[in-house]
Amino acid sequence: MGTATKRPVVLAAVTLALVGCSAGSTADSAGSAQEGNALAVGMVAEPTNLDFTTTDGAAIPQALLTNVYEGLVKVDESGAIVPALAKSWTISPDRRTYTFELATDATFSDGTPFTADDAVFSIERVKQDWTTSLAAAMDVVTSVKATSPAQVTVTLARPSNDWLYRMTTRIGAMFSRTGVDSLATKTVGTGPYTVDTWKRGDSLKLKRNPHYGGTAPYFDSVTLRYYKDPTALNNALLTGSIDVISTVQAPESLAQFTGDERFVVTEGTTNGEVVLSFNSARPPFDDVRVRQAARAAIDKKTLLATCWAGRGHLIGSMVAPTDPWYEDLTGVAPYDPAKAKALLAKAGTPNPAVRLRLPTLPYATSCGQVVKSDLEKVGFKVTLDQLEFPAAWITQVLRGGDYDASIIAHVEPRDLPTLYGNPKYYLHYDNKKVREAIAAADAGDEATQVAKMKEAARVIAEDAASDWLFLLPNLTVADKDITGLPKNSLSESFDLTGLARS
Amino acid sequence: MTLSALARRLWVLAVSVLVSSVLVFAFMQVLPGDPARVALGINASEEAVAQLRADYGLDRPLPTRYLEWMNGLAHGDLGVSYLSHLQIGPLIADRLGVTAWLVGAGMLVACLVAVPLGVLAAVRHRRPSGVALAAFSQVGVAIPAFLAGILLITVFAVHLRWLPAGGWSAPSSDPVAFARALVLPALSLGLVQGAVLTRYVRSSVLEVLREDYLRTARAKGLLPLPALVRHGLRNASIPVVTVLALQLTTLLIGAVVVERVFVIPGLGSLLLDAVGSRDLLVVQNVVMVLVLAVLAVNALVEVCYLLIDPRMRVRRS
Repeated sequence: MGTATKRPVVLAAVTLALVGCSAGSTADSAGSAQEGNALAVGMVAEPTNLDFTTTDGAAIPQALLTNVYEGLVKVDESGAIVPALAKSWTISPDRRTYTFELATDATFSDGTPFTADDAVFSIERVKQDWTTSLAAAMDVVTSVKATSPAQVTVTLARPSNDWLYRMTTRIGAMFSRTGVDSLATKTVGTGPYTVDTWKRGDSLKLKRNPHYGGTAPYFDSVTLRYYKDPTALNNALLTGSIDVISTVQAPESLAQFTGDERFVVTEGTTNGEVVLSFNSARPPFDDVRVRQAARAAIDKKTLLATCWAGRGHLIGSMVAPTDPWYEDLTGVAPYDPAKAKALLAKAGTPNPAVRLRLPTLPYATSCGQVVKSDLEKVGFKVTLDQLEFPAAWITQVLRGGDYDASIIAHVEPRDLPTLYGNPKYYLHYDNKKVREAIAAADAGDEATQVAKMKEAARVIAEDAASDWLFLLPNLTVADKDITGLPKNSLSESFDLTGLARS
Repeated sequence: MTLSALARRLWVLAVSVLVSSVLVFAFMQVLPGDPARVALGINASEEAVAQLRADYGLDRPLPTRYLEWMNGLAHGDLGVSYLSHLQIGPLIADRLGVTAWLVGAGMLVACLVAVPLGVLAAVRHRRPSGVALAAFSQVGVAIPAFLAGILLITVFAVHLRWLPAGGWSAPSSDPVAFARALVLPALSLGLVQGAVLTRYVRSSVLEVLREDYLRTARAKGLLPLPALVRHGLRNASIPVVTVLALQLTTLLIGAVVVERVFVIPGLGSLLLDAVGSRDLLVVQNVVMVLVLAVLAVNALVEVCYLLIDPRMRVRRS
């Protein structure tokens, strides 16, 4: 199911949409979770195999990245790029050469030390053997060399800030030169955990990596249990089968936890912008006035309260508040039905017919009705359509472009360029100014990057390239003695390494 | 002739299997969504998708793929899952084992409910208690298994905390956890089926109660219930057993839903996951296994008819 999400674009929505698994040798899913120093976490999307180099989807990196595989760099809770297997790095003045100083105490779970040769192997392997579309982010690399056992130098074809950022995702994962023969079932990484047992359809159990170079994690083992049904996930916590719900799928169900002193509910942010996408390639949304009318017609505040229990954040463009170039652009297109009617009249289409094709995802189905009703209040004629997600939606909307409007959460971090920098993408948004700003941001220094990304975000907001309904919240619930849960969900990984019981 | 009638049944079965296999295969082809695209992600290049389609064998002509699938089936080789890269045969066998427990336990619950209640409802059909039982079974029939499951979880798992709300443990690894995990799903499957079955038991017993031999037994001084137990229950059981066998099909389908509610890794969960991720070869084989199970049960019922009731043989030959 839903399955692929953190992909270049949309697949993260699957995670948000669906269900999961079991326990290893010490605990079965039917039994208690707290046997020995163990933790059980309820998740939604189960990996189909353990190889994210050839299989897409958010589920595999969510379980394995940071916990089993580590990268040279990672993103922290605030969205900044921080050291991981690289202790530090420098960027040449022409911004094309990156020199990483590697940690010398890192060891793979099979006992072999992590060296610069492994880093070279891992980066080259992305270009050679990875088959998923994410690997394209490595295309900009022209050479990678081990300049000493603990130093790696990467040269890019052109300056690219985005490349270093993508190194924090799964494509930056470091593999052992001898550990990639059966990635689908066996993992060899440098992280604090290794895969212990996998009960398909039920659970994935991780146990401590005996060779881990850093501080050992608090829990001896962590069992990720998979639940496709949100009610089953909630019940598992209520009955003590799990200790943590990694993502609450139905915000209206939170009430049963907020009133219960056994649990703590945390709300943070994500990179998941719920976008009302317009097809700019054909009428009526090829007319900027019609797009602006649709934006002005939708009361986002009420929408969020109605369809997502008021949990989440209003955003006015394709930038999450945790990105350095965020600014509040919700004022660009305030709720104004009278103005919407006037814009439609000016465009010469007071009653444009719109086919709103919704994927079968919880937020899309519940918010779609509100969007339809708001649009119809100002004169739009809206036909609602449901498409099974992911397969049918991908075929018809994303690949086929057969839609006028849709609602989907684009969960890939920093994905403004993906959506609005490529006229061939399913939005068919074509604006040279935006493309130039994106290119300048990627090539420039940090100050330029921030300034140019702000510019791009403002132009797409003024141009009503889409409507941004809200940013998905990161809602977790845990036993009240669990500490170290990540508040925001900014990385592809569900980071288990800091979890403890007080 | 019993033998020729039997041969005829087998012939019909073989044709049914063949026709359903063609249908199952054809349905896979019209499911929207490309397995290679789902596996590689939405922005995958056309070349990568084409390569993976070739690896999966999806680029070959349909008749070839169908024949290969049939050939594999005949040799017990169901192929390899697109997504997990596992052999599908053992995968299905593993999940089938879980579902079999569920269906078996559901069936047991259904019988434990239906036989005593149905007999009681029949024997007392003119009294308020009998009418109440009949009405109660009507209500039971109207409740879907998943709703029963949710109600049971709410009461016995979430509020009373007597039993787990879901999950599964193999009987060999932890028998106690296995038994605890089985209770609620078996009840939600079995109570609904039991309600359906109660009505058959009731009408079947009512019919037998009107038979002359039972009137004779009662005339000899036996009370209604002992008379029924001693002389009528065997006769009454024939249509009930038939219905029970046919209900296996309903139970299997109910199990698919109940597995989702109770997070049980059985055949139903496997099927739903595979459909969602377009792991078509898995879907194709799971559906085929379910079809075979249904056809086999139906054929068995018919063969039993032939063996039990000589009139059937005459009429059909």
